[in-house]
Amino acid sequence: MVWLGGVRRFGYAGFMELRVTDLACARGGLPLIEGLSFAVASGEALVLRGPNGSGKTTLLRTLAGLQPALKGEITCPPEEMAYAAHADGLKSTLTVAENLSFWAEIHGQRDITGALEAMNLTDLAGRQAQHLSAGQKRRLGLARLLVTGRWLWVLDEPTVSLDAASVALFAGVVRDHLAAGGAALLATHIDLGLPEARVLDLAPYRAELPPDLGFDEAFL
Amino acid sequence: MTALLIRDLRLAMRAGGGFGLGLGFFLILAVLVPLGVGPDTGTLALIAPGILWVGALLACLLSLDRLFALDHEDGSLDLLATSPIPLEGVVAVKALAHWLTTGLPLALAAPVLGILLNLPGPAFAPLMLSLLLGTPALSVIGAFGAALTVGLKRGGLLMSLLVLPLYVPTLVFGAQAVSRAAQGLDGSTALLLTAGITAGSAALLPFAAAFALRINLR
Repeated sequence: MVWLGGVRRFGYAGFMELRVTDLACARGGLPLIEGLSFAVASGEALVLRGPNGSGKTTLLRTLAGLQPALKGEITCPPEEMAYAAHADGLKSTLTVAENLSFWAEIHGQRDITGALEAMNLTDLAGRQAQHLSAGQKRRLGLARLLVTGRWLWVLDEPTVSLDAASVALFAGVVRDHLAAGGAALLATHIDLGLPEARVLDLAPYRAELPPDLGFDEAFL
Repeated sequence: MTALLIRDLRLAMRAGGGFGLGLGFFLILAVLVPLGVGPDTGTLALIAPGILWVGALLACLLSLDRLFALDHEDGSLDLLATSPIPLEGVVAVKALAHWLTTGLPLALAAPVLGILLNLPGPAFAPLMLSLLLGTPALSVIGAFGAALTVGLKRGGLLMSLLVLPLYVPTLVFGAQAVSRAAQGLDGSTALLLTAGITAGSAALLPFAAAFALRINLR
């Protein structure tokens, strides 16, 4: 863990926890999830499961502060979370190293060699992102998590387009992150190879659609 | 913030970044107008200030819809919104990068094109000055328009319709400063008003644009 610079070498400061109480969130004005409560503490991973459309992405976006919750309480501010979604936020004309250094500098970090090594990208550092394969792009997108220096990773389908070896590599990175006192919240359909992770099924928290839903609600 | 500015400038310079787009448009317009209007130097001198300002305005408009749309498509905007940089700062930096790659080159190239349009001698300094003072307003107002339309597919047309009325005061005062100088009159009031519009929009619109972005990201 020496490779990750100051934050990771000494672990994250103290015990931290994300606690969600009676959360309700909506997508496109339609309530999707209600009455959801859970907690994730330092060193823990929580895997979110649920069929397509069950609100995994909506929940993660709400936690990351990209959309407001309908009601409920989230104890951890979005500033402590590193969010990674389906889109990796890569610029195709920049090289792998340039893309990663940009996100590192945005988060006040300098050193990207550790993150490149951890996601097996060192050999590709000088290549433009447009010449990467889908799996390599994904690895670069996930390497961004390592340069944010944030303790809680909020990941939406992190393993899409990764091969088995890369999934194992990523599981190792997540495990190191947990060991350093971080935490992870993952929405995924496949088995990551993290047997210690707890699983939360979102299906029981599905919101009932109100019968008299106002028409303009959908545009809010 | 500096990292974002450097990234945007770098992206603009790389292939397909659209650095030359506005400048090329401006150049083509200034070359074609004398061909269309005819070689009468008196007429050209009369319309030159207006043509140059309208050309600069349209050139700015041309590259605006990429300002947030590209970052929205590849997910960078979501990640920037969750980064330690405030969204207001993101808007301000992106508007600055847009000005550095569009407005500033236009202002620097304008005197050369003024020769093509037979702009009277005393108007050259006011032309450059008014463009230097006025084009930042075009970038900031444009950033606001781009933020309002960021989630829309093919939002460029709507953005142009939203932004053009807001561009009118800058255009009127900027072109007025140049044409008054061309007639040998004092154009400093119009110049000051142009600068005032720039200062006002740079102070207020990043907040409005950041608010619009937050709503569009939901």
